Amino acid sequence: MDRLAPGDRQAGAPDRPLLACLTCDTLHYEPDVPMNHVATCRRCGRVLAAPRDNAFARVLALALTSTILMIGAVFFPFIDLSVAGLQNRTSVLDAALAFSTGMMVPLSVAVALLIVLIPVTRLGAIIYTLLPLVRGCAPWPHAPLAFRLAERLRPWSMAEIFVVGVAVALVKVGGLATLSIGPAFWAFAGLVLVTVLHDNAMCRYTIWKSLETPSR
Amino acid sequence: MEIPGNAEPLTTARRAGMLACTRCGLVHASGPARCGRCDAPLDPRGRKSLQAVWAWLLAGVVVYIPANIYPMLRTATLLEQSESTIVGGAIDLLEHGSYGVAAIVFIASVLIPVGKFIAIAYLALSLNRPGALSIHQRHLLYEMVEFIGRWSMIDVFVVAILSALVQLGSVAIINPGIAAVSFALSVAFTMLSAQSLDPRLIWDADEEPA
Repeated sequence: MDRLAPGDRQAGAPDRPLLACLTCDTLHYEPDVPMNHVATCRRCGRVLAAPRDNAFARVLALALTSTILMIGAVFFPFIDLSVAGLQNRTSVLDAALAFSTGMMVPLSVAVALLIVLIPVTRLGAIIYTLLPLVRGCAPWPHAPLAFRLAERLRPWSMAEIFVVGVAVALVKVGGLATLSIGPAFWAFAGLVLVTVLHDNAMCRYTIWKSLETPSR
Repeated sequence: MEIPGNAEPLTTARRAGMLACTRCGLVHASGPARCGRCDAPLDPRGRKSLQAVWAWLLAGVVVYIPANIYPMLRTATLLEQSESTIVGGAIDLLEHGSYGVAAIVFIASVLIPVGKFIAIAYLALSLNRPGALSIHQRHLLYEMVEFIGRWSMIDVFVVAILSALVQLGSVAIINPGIAAVSFALSVAFTMLSAQSLDPRLIWDADEEPA
Protein backbone atom coordinates (compact mmCIF):
# COMPACT_ATOMS: atom_id res chain seq x y z
CA MET A 1 0.00 0.00 0.00
CA ASP A 2 1.00 3.62 -0.49
CA ARG A 3 0.08 4.27 3.07
CA LEU A 4 3.10 5.37 5.01
CA ALA A 5 4.36 2.77 7.40
CA PRO A 6 4.53 4.07 10.95
CA GLY A 7 8.07 4.91 11.96
CA ASP A 8 9.18 5.79 8.44
CA ARG A 9 9.52 9.38 9.35
CA GLN A 10 12.66 9.16 11.38
CA ALA A 11 14.61 6.50 13.19
CA GLY A 12 13.35 5.91 16.68
CA ALA A 13 10.01 7.65 16.12
CA PRO A 14 7.11 6.13 17.99
CA ASP A 15 5.17 3.53 16.06
CA ARG A 16 2.24 5.74 15.13
CA PRO A 17 0.75 6.81 11.81
CA LEU A 18 0.96 10.41 10.70
CA LEU A 19 -1.55 13.05 9.78
CA ALA A 20 -0.85 16.26 7.89
CA CYS A 21 -2.72 19.49 8.60
CA LEU A 22 -4.85 20.31 5.56
CA THR A 23 -4.06 24.00 5.77
CA CYS A 24 -0.35 24.20 6.48
CA ASP A 25 0.97 20.68 5.81
CA THR A 26 2.43 20.30 9.32
CA LEU A 27 2.91 16.67 10.33
CA HIS A 28 1.30 15.36 13.47
CA TYR A 29 1.08 11.91 14.92
CA GLU A 30 -2.44 10.67 14.50
CA PRO A 31 -4.21 11.98 17.55
CA ASP A 32 -5.97 9.71 19.97
CA VAL A 33 -8.46 12.34 21.01
CA PRO A 34 -10.85 11.57 23.88
CA MET A 35 -14.56 12.09 23.22
CA ASN A 36 -15.72 15.71 23.24
CA HIS A 37 -12.19 17.09 23.02
CA VAL A 38 -10.71 19.03 20.14
CA ALA A 39 -7.24 18.59 18.67
CA THR A 40 -5.90 21.55 16.73
CA CYS A 41 -2.86 22.08 14.51
CA ARG A 42 0.16 23.33 16.42
CA ARG A 43 1.13 25.79 13.72
CA CYS A 44 -2.02 27.27 12.18
CA GLY A 45 -4.68 26.29 14.73
CA ARG A 46 -6.94 24.39 12.31
CA VAL A 47 -9.13 21.78 13.99
CA LEU A 48 -7.68 18.35 13.21
CA ALA A 49 -10.12 16.16 15.06
CA ALA A 50 -13.15 16.76 17.27
CA PRO A 51 -14.84 13.46 18.06
CA ARG A 52 -18.19 13.57 19.86
CA ASP A 53 -20.46 11.00 21.44
CA ASN A 54 -22.85 9.51 18.92
CA ALA A 55 -21.54 11.89 16.29
CA PHE A 56 -22.53 9.73 13.33
CA ALA A 57 -26.08 9.21 14.56
CA ARG A 58 -26.41 12.91 15.32
CA VAL A 59 -25.14 14.04 11.93
CA LEU A 60 -27.30 11.46 10.17
CA ALA A 61 -30.41 12.59 12.08
CA LEU A 62 -29.71 16.21 11.20
CA ALA A 63 -29.13 15.32 7.54
CA LEU A 64 -32.46 13.47 7.40
CA THR A 65 -34.17 16.45 9.07
CA SER A 66 -32.65 18.78 6.48
CA THR A 67 -33.90 16.57 3.66
CA ILE A 68 -37.46 16.66 4.97
CA LEU A 69 -37.31 20.44 5.48
CA MET A 70 -35.93 20.84 1.96
CA ILE A 71 -38.87 18.93 0.49
CA GLY A 72 -41.25 21.24 2.35
CA ALA A 73 -39.29 24.32 1.34
CA VAL A 74 -39.48 23.48 -2.35
CA PHE A 75 -43.13 22.46 -2.60
CA PHE A 76 -45.00 24.73 -0.19
CA PRO A 77 -45.77 28.35 -1.13
CA PHE A 78 -43.00 30.68 -0.15
CA ILE A 79 -44.27 34.25 -0.11
CA ASP A 80 -47.60 35.85 -0.99
CA LEU A 81 -47.56 39.37 -2.32
CA SER A 82 -50.71 41.42 -2.63
CA VAL A 83 -51.19 45.01 -3.65
CA ALA A 84 -54.27 46.84 -4.97
CA GLY A 85 -56.26 43.65 -5.30
CA LEU A 86 -53.60 41.87 -7.28
CA GLN A 87 -51.93 38.84 -5.84
CA ASN A 88 -48.87 36.84 -6.65
CA ARG A 89 -47.69 33.70 -4.96
CA THR A 90 -44.09 32.59 -5.27
CA SER A 91 -42.39 29.32 -4.50
CA VAL A 92 -38.68 28.61 -4.34
CA LEU A 93 -38.87 27.11 -7.82
CA ASP A 94 -40.39 30.33 -9.18
CA ALA A 95 -37.43 32.25 -7.79
CA ALA A 96 -35.07 29.92 -9.61
CA LEU A 97 -37.11 30.18 -12.79
CA ALA A 98 -37.12 34.00 -12.65
CA PHE A 99 -34.23 34.04 -15.10
CA SER A 100 -35.78 31.56 -17.51
CA THR A 101 -36.23 33.97 -20.39
CA GLY A 102 -33.83 34.43 -23.26
CA MET A 103 -30.15 34.70 -22.50
CA MET A 104 -30.55 34.18 -18.80
CA VAL A 105 -31.57 30.52 -18.84
CA PRO A 106 -28.12 29.35 -17.63
CA LEU A 107 -28.50 31.61 -14.61
CA SER A 108 -31.83 29.96 -13.84
CA VAL A 109 -30.10 26.58 -13.87
CA ALA A 110 -27.30 27.93 -11.67
CA VAL A 111 -29.71 29.37 -9.09
CA ALA A 112 -31.66 26.09 -8.97
CA LEU A 113 -28.38 24.25 -8.47
CA LEU A 114 -27.11 26.55 -5.73
CA ILE A 115 -30.24 26.72 -3.61
CA VAL A 116 -31.84 23.28 -4.12
CA LEU A 117 -29.94 20.69 -6.14
CA ILE A 118 -26.47 21.04 -4.63
CA PRO A 119 -27.74 21.07 -1.01
CA VAL A 120 -29.85 17.99 -1.78
CA THR A 121 -26.95 16.16 -3.46
CA ARG A 122 -24.75 16.97 -0.51
CA LEU A 123 -27.31 15.66 1.99
CA GLY A 124 -27.79 12.50 -0.08
CA ALA A 125 -24.03 11.87 -0.16
CA ILE A 126 -23.72 12.39 3.60
CA ILE A 127 -26.64 10.04 4.32
CA TYR A 128 -25.14 7.45 1.95
CA THR A 129 -21.80 7.66 3.77
CA LEU A 130 -23.12 7.57 7.31
CA LEU A 131 -26.13 5.24 7.20
CA PRO A 132 -24.10 1.99 7.17
CA LEU A 133 -21.65 3.39 9.75
CA VAL A 134 -24.45 4.20 12.18
CA ARG A 135 -25.87 0.71 11.79
CA GLY A 136 -22.44 -0.70 12.48
CA CYS A 137 -21.96 -2.26 9.03
CA ALA A 138 -19.12 -1.86 6.60
CA PRO A 139 -19.37 1.30 4.45
CA TRP A 140 -21.21 1.00 1.17
CA PRO A 141 -19.16 0.90 -2.03
CA HIS A 142 -17.74 4.25 -3.15
CA ALA A 143 -18.54 5.82 0.23
CA PRO A 144 -15.18 7.71 0.22
CA LEU A 145 -16.11 9.15 -3.16
CA ALA A 146 -19.54 10.21 -1.85
CA PHE A 147 -18.05 11.86 1.21
CA ARG A 148 -15.40 13.63 -0.85
CA LEU A 149 -18.18 14.93 -3.11
CA ALA A 150 -20.11 16.21 -0.09
CA GLU A 151 -17.05 18.07 1.16
CA ARG A 152 -16.30 19.44 -2.29
CA LEU A 153 -19.82 20.83 -2.67
CA ARG A 154 -19.85 22.53 0.71
CA PRO A 155 -18.94 26.06 -0.44
CA TRP A 156 -21.43 25.82 -3.31
CA SER A 157 -24.41 24.95 -1.17
CA MET A 158 -25.97 28.38 -0.70
CA ALA A 159 -29.34 27.82 0.95
CA GLU A 160 -28.46 30.08 3.89
CA ILE A 161 -27.41 32.90 1.58
CA PHE A 162 -30.72 32.57 -0.21
CA VAL A 163 -32.61 33.02 3.07
CA VAL A 164 -30.77 36.26 3.82
CA GLY A 165 -31.45 37.31 0.21
CA VAL A 166 -35.16 36.78 0.87
CA ALA A 167 -34.93 39.02 3.93
CA VAL A 168 -33.28 41.80 1.87
CA ALA A 169 -35.90 41.45 -0.87
CA LEU A 170 -38.67 41.67 1.73
CA VAL A 171 -37.23 44.95 3.02
CA LYS A 172 -37.18 46.30 -0.54
CA VAL A 173 -40.80 45.43 -1.38
CA GLY A 174 -42.19 45.70 2.13
CA GLY A 175 -43.14 49.36 1.72
CA LEU A 176 -45.02 48.85 -1.54
CA ALA A 177 -47.19 45.83 -0.91
CA THR A 178 -48.64 43.49 1.68
CA LEU A 179 -46.55 40.41 2.14
CA SER A 180 -47.36 37.19 3.87
CA ILE A 181 -44.78 34.55 4.49
CA GLY A 182 -45.70 30.97 3.67
CA PRO A 183 -44.68 27.71 5.37
CA ALA A 184 -41.84 27.17 2.90
CA PHE A 185 -40.02 30.23 4.23
CA TRP A 186 -39.99 28.81 7.75
CA ALA A 187 -38.92 25.42 6.39
CA PHE A 188 -36.02 27.11 4.64
CA ALA A 189 -35.07 29.11 7.73
CA GLY A 190 -35.15 25.89 9.78
CA LEU A 191 -33.02 24.22 7.14
CA VAL A 192 -30.32 26.85 7.55
CA LEU A 193 -30.24 26.35 11.31
CA VAL A 194 -30.07 22.56 11.02
CA THR A 195 -27.31 22.79 8.39
CA VAL A 196 -25.15 24.87 10.71
CA LEU A 197 -25.66 22.38 13.58
CA HIS A 198 -24.92 19.53 11.24
CA ASP A 199 -21.70 21.00 9.85
CA ASN A 200 -20.49 21.69 13.38
CA ALA A 201 -21.27 18.21 14.67
CA MET A 202 -19.36 16.53 11.88
CA CYS A 203 -15.81 15.42 12.67
CA ARG A 204 -14.25 14.78 9.28
CA TYR A 205 -11.24 13.01 10.73
CA THR A 206 -13.39 10.40 12.49
CA ILE A 207 -15.43 9.82 9.34
CA TRP A 208 -12.32 9.33 7.19
CA LYS A 209 -10.89 6.94 9.76
CA SER A 210 -14.04 4.84 9.78
CA LEU A 211 -14.14 4.75 6.01
CA GLU A 212 -10.65 3.34 5.71
CA THR A 213 -10.59 0.55 8.29
CA PRO A 214 -12.61 -2.17 6.57
CA SER A 215 -10.43 -2.27 3.46
CA ARG A 216 -7.52 -3.75 5.31
CA MET B 1 -5.68 19.75 23.52
CA GLU B 2 -2.08 18.68 23.07
CA ILE B 3 -1.52 15.49 21.17
CA PRO B 4 0.94 13.40 23.18
CA GLY B 5 4.15 12.63 21.30
CA ASN B 6 3.93 15.79 19.24
CA ALA B 7 6.26 17.82 21.42
CA GLU B 8 9.13 17.78 18.93
CA PRO B 9 9.78 20.65 16.50
CA LEU B 10 7.30 21.24 13.69
CA THR B 11 7.95 19.62 10.34
CA THR B 12 5.85 19.66 7.22
CA ALA B 13 5.04 16.63 5.12
CA ARG B 14 6.87 18.20 2.19
CA ARG B 15 10.01 18.72 4.27
CA ALA B 16 9.88 15.10 5.37
CA GLY B 17 9.75 14.02 1.72
CA MET B 18 6.12 12.98 1.87
CA LEU B 19 2.92 14.05 0.24
CA ALA B 20 -0.30 14.75 2.12
CA CYS B 21 -3.80 14.51 0.68
CA THR B 22 -5.46 17.95 0.71
CA ARG B 23 -8.92 16.42 1.13
CA CYS B 24 -8.51 13.97 3.99
CA GLY B 25 -5.03 14.59 5.40
CA LEU B 26 -3.65 11.09 4.85
CA VAL B 27 0.13 11.13 4.47
CA HIS B 28 1.75 9.21 1.63
CA ALA B 29 5.31 8.45 0.73
CA SER B 30 5.98 10.34 -2.52
CA GLY B 31 4.83 8.50 -5.58
CA PRO B 32 1.13 7.74 -5.91
CA ALA B 33 -0.95 10.10 -8.02
CA ARG B 34 -4.16 9.53 -6.06
CA CYS B 35 -4.92 9.34 -2.36
CA GLY B 36 -5.18 5.78 -1.08
CA ARG B 37 -8.10 6.64 1.19
CA CYS B 38 -10.34 9.12 -0.62
CA ASP B 39 -9.01 8.79 -4.18
CA ALA B 40 -8.54 12.56 -4.58
CA PRO B 41 -5.69 13.52 -6.92
CA LEU B 42 -2.56 14.26 -4.90
CA ASP B 43 -1.06 17.62 -5.73
CA PRO B 44 2.54 18.32 -4.88
CA ARG B 45 2.02 22.05 -4.62
CA GLY B 46 3.42 23.27 -7.88
CA ARG B 47 3.16 26.50 -9.72
CA LYS B 48 0.22 24.95 -11.56
CA SER B 49 -2.17 25.91 -8.80
CA LEU B 50 -1.00 29.53 -9.04
CA GLN B 51 -1.76 29.62 -12.76
CA ALA B 52 -5.32 28.53 -12.01
CA VAL B 53 -5.61 31.24 -9.33
CA TRP B 54 -4.57 33.97 -11.77
CA ALA B 55 -6.71 32.62 -14.61
CA TRP B 56 -9.91 32.49 -12.53
CA LEU B 57 -9.14 35.85 -10.92
CA LEU B 58 -8.67 37.51 -14.31
CA ALA B 59 -11.91 35.98 -15.59
CA GLY B 60 -13.68 37.25 -12.46
CA VAL B 61 -12.40 40.81 -12.95
CA VAL B 62 -13.33 40.82 -16.65
CA VAL B 63 -16.96 39.76 -16.11
CA TYR B 64 -17.26 42.16 -13.18
CA ILE B 65 -17.03 45.07 -15.66
CA PRO B 66 -20.26 44.37 -17.59
CA ALA B 67 -21.90 43.56 -14.25
CA ASN B 68 -21.49 47.23 -13.39
CA ILE B 69 -22.25 48.75 -16.79
CA TYR B 70 -25.46 46.94 -17.68
CA PRO B 71 -28.72 47.07 -15.70
CA MET B 72 -29.30 44.62 -12.89
CA LEU B 73 -33.04 45.25 -12.52
CA ARG B 74 -35.66 46.49 -14.98
CA THR B 75 -38.69 47.91 -13.22
CA ALA B 76 -41.93 48.78 -15.00
CA THR B 77 -44.75 50.47 -13.09
CA LEU B 78 -47.93 52.22 -14.22
CA LEU B 79 -46.13 55.51 -14.49
CA GLU B 80 -42.61 54.81 -15.54
CA GLN B 81 -40.10 52.32 -16.72
CA SER B 82 -36.62 52.31 -15.26
CA GLU B 83 -33.44 50.34 -15.34
CA SER B 84 -30.92 50.35 -12.54
CA THR B 85 -27.35 49.19 -12.33
CA ILE B 86 -25.74 47.92 -9.13
CA VAL B 87 -24.35 51.30 -8.08
CA GLY B 88 -27.42 53.09 -9.45
CA GLY B 89 -29.66 50.95 -7.25
CA ALA B 90 -27.63 51.84 -4.18
CA ILE B 91 -27.79 55.56 -5.05
CA ASP B 92 -31.58 55.31 -5.51
CA LEU B 93 -31.87 53.80 -2.05
CA LEU B 94 -29.73 56.63 -0.66
CA GLU B 95 -31.99 59.24 -2.22
CA HIS B 96 -35.01 57.57 -0.69
CA GLY B 97 -33.34 57.84 2.69
CA SER B 98 -32.74 54.13 3.32
CA TYR B 99 -29.11 54.55 4.31
CA GLY B 100 -28.84 51.14 5.99
CA VAL B 101 -30.04 49.08 3.03
CA ALA B 102 -28.01 51.23 0.63
CA ALA B 103 -24.90 50.52 2.68
CA ILE B 104 -25.60 46.76 2.66
CA VAL B 105 -26.08 46.72 -1.11
CA PHE B 106 -22.96 48.80 -1.68
CA ILE B 107 -20.82 46.67 0.64
CA ALA B 108 -22.08 43.33 -0.72
CA SER B 109 -21.83 44.14 -4.39
CA VAL B 110 -19.00 46.65 -4.67
CA LEU B 111 -16.69 46.65 -1.66
CA ILE B 112 -16.58 42.88 -1.09
CA PRO B 113 -15.97 41.85 -4.73
CA VAL B 114 -13.30 44.49 -5.27
CA GLY B 115 -11.74 43.71 -1.89
CA LYS B 116 -11.66 40.04 -2.85
CA PHE B 117 -9.86 40.75 -6.13
CA ILE B 118 -7.23 42.76 -4.28
CA ALA B 119 -6.88 40.23 -1.44
CA ILE B 120 -6.39 37.23 -3.74
CA ALA B 121 -3.91 39.12 -5.92
CA TYR B 122 -1.99 40.21 -2.83
CA LEU B 123 -1.88 36.66 -1.42
CA ALA B 124 -0.72 35.21 -4.75
CA LEU B 125 1.93 37.88 -5.26
CA SER B 126 3.29 37.83 -1.75
CA LEU B 127 3.97 34.07 -1.56
CA ASN B 128 7.55 33.46 -0.48
CA ARG B 129 8.08 37.17 -0.02
CA PRO B 130 8.27 39.07 3.23
CA GLY B 131 5.43 41.55 3.23
CA ALA B 132 3.48 43.90 5.41
CA LEU B 133 1.40 41.02 6.77
CA SER B 134 2.72 38.12 8.82
CA ILE B 135 1.94 34.53 7.80
CA HIS B 136 -0.80 34.30 10.40
CA GLN B 137 -2.41 37.50 9.14
CA ARG B 138 -2.20 36.27 5.54
CA HIS B 139 -3.82 33.03 6.59
CA LEU B 140 -6.59 34.99 8.30
CA LEU B 141 -7.06 37.03 5.11
CA TYR B 142 -7.28 33.81 3.10
CA GLU B 143 -9.93 32.38 5.43
CA MET B 144 -11.91 35.62 5.23
CA VAL B 145 -11.84 35.55 1.42
CA GLU B 146 -13.02 31.93 1.43
CA PHE B 147 -15.77 32.65 3.95
CA ILE B 148 -17.07 35.94 2.57
CA GLY B 149 -16.74 35.03 -1.13
CA ARG B 150 -19.93 32.99 -1.28
CA TRP B 151 -21.99 35.74 0.33
CA SER B 152 -21.66 38.03 -2.68
CA MET B 153 -24.12 35.74 -4.43
CA ILE B 154 -26.81 37.36 -2.26
CA ASP B 155 -27.37 40.09 -4.84
CA VAL B 156 -28.23 37.56 -7.52
CA PHE B 157 -30.70 35.86 -5.19
CA VAL B 158 -32.35 39.19 -4.31
CA VAL B 159 -32.83 39.89 -8.03
CA ALA B 160 -34.27 36.39 -8.53
CA ILE B 161 -36.74 36.75 -5.66
CA LEU B 162 -37.82 40.25 -6.66
CA SER B 163 -38.38 39.21 -10.27
CA ALA B 164 -40.38 36.16 -9.24
CA LEU B 165 -42.41 38.08 -6.68
CA VAL B 166 -43.18 41.37 -8.37
CA GLN B 167 -45.12 40.25 -11.43
CA LEU B 168 -48.29 42.27 -10.96
CA GLY B 169 -49.51 42.85 -14.49
CA SER B 170 -49.81 46.55 -15.22
CA VAL B 171 -49.16 47.75 -11.67
CA ALA B 172 -45.56 46.72 -11.27
CA ILE B 173 -43.25 44.28 -12.95
CA ILE B 174 -39.62 43.64 -12.10
CA ASN B 175 -37.43 41.76 -14.54
CA PRO B 176 -33.80 40.78 -14.17
CA GLY B 177 -31.18 42.55 -16.27
CA ILE B 178 -28.25 40.97 -18.02
CA ALA B 179 -25.83 42.27 -15.35
CA ALA B 180 -27.19 39.58 -13.01
CA VAL B 181 -25.58 36.93 -15.21
CA SER B 182 -22.15 38.56 -15.30
CA PHE B 183 -22.27 39.31 -11.60
CA ALA B 184 -23.07 35.67 -10.78
CA LEU B 185 -20.23 34.55 -13.04
CA SER B 186 -17.85 36.99 -11.40
CA VAL B 187 -18.69 35.63 -7.94
CA ALA B 188 -18.31 32.02 -9.13
CA PHE B 189 -14.96 32.72 -10.83
CA THR B 190 -13.54 34.46 -7.75
CA MET B 191 -14.67 31.55 -5.58
CA LEU B 192 -12.87 29.15 -7.91
CA SER B 193 -9.81 31.39 -7.81
CA ALA B 194 -9.75 31.36 -4.01
CA GLN B 195 -10.27 27.59 -3.97
CA SER B 196 -7.35 27.05 -6.36
CA LEU B 197 -4.99 28.89 -4.05
CA ASP B 198 -3.34 26.17 -2.01
CA PRO B 199 -3.11 27.45 1.58
CA ARG B 200 0.03 25.34 2.02
CA LEU B 201 1.80 27.75 -0.34
CA ILE B 202 1.13 30.57 2.11
CA TRP B 203 2.63 28.58 4.96
CA ASP B 204 5.66 27.40 2.99
CA ALA B 205 7.18 30.85 3.37
CA ASP B 206 7.19 30.29 7.12
CA GLU B 207 9.48 27.27 6.89
CA GLU B 208 13.12 27.91 7.71
CA PRO B 209 15.37 26.82 4.87
CA ALA B 210 16.50 23.24 5.35
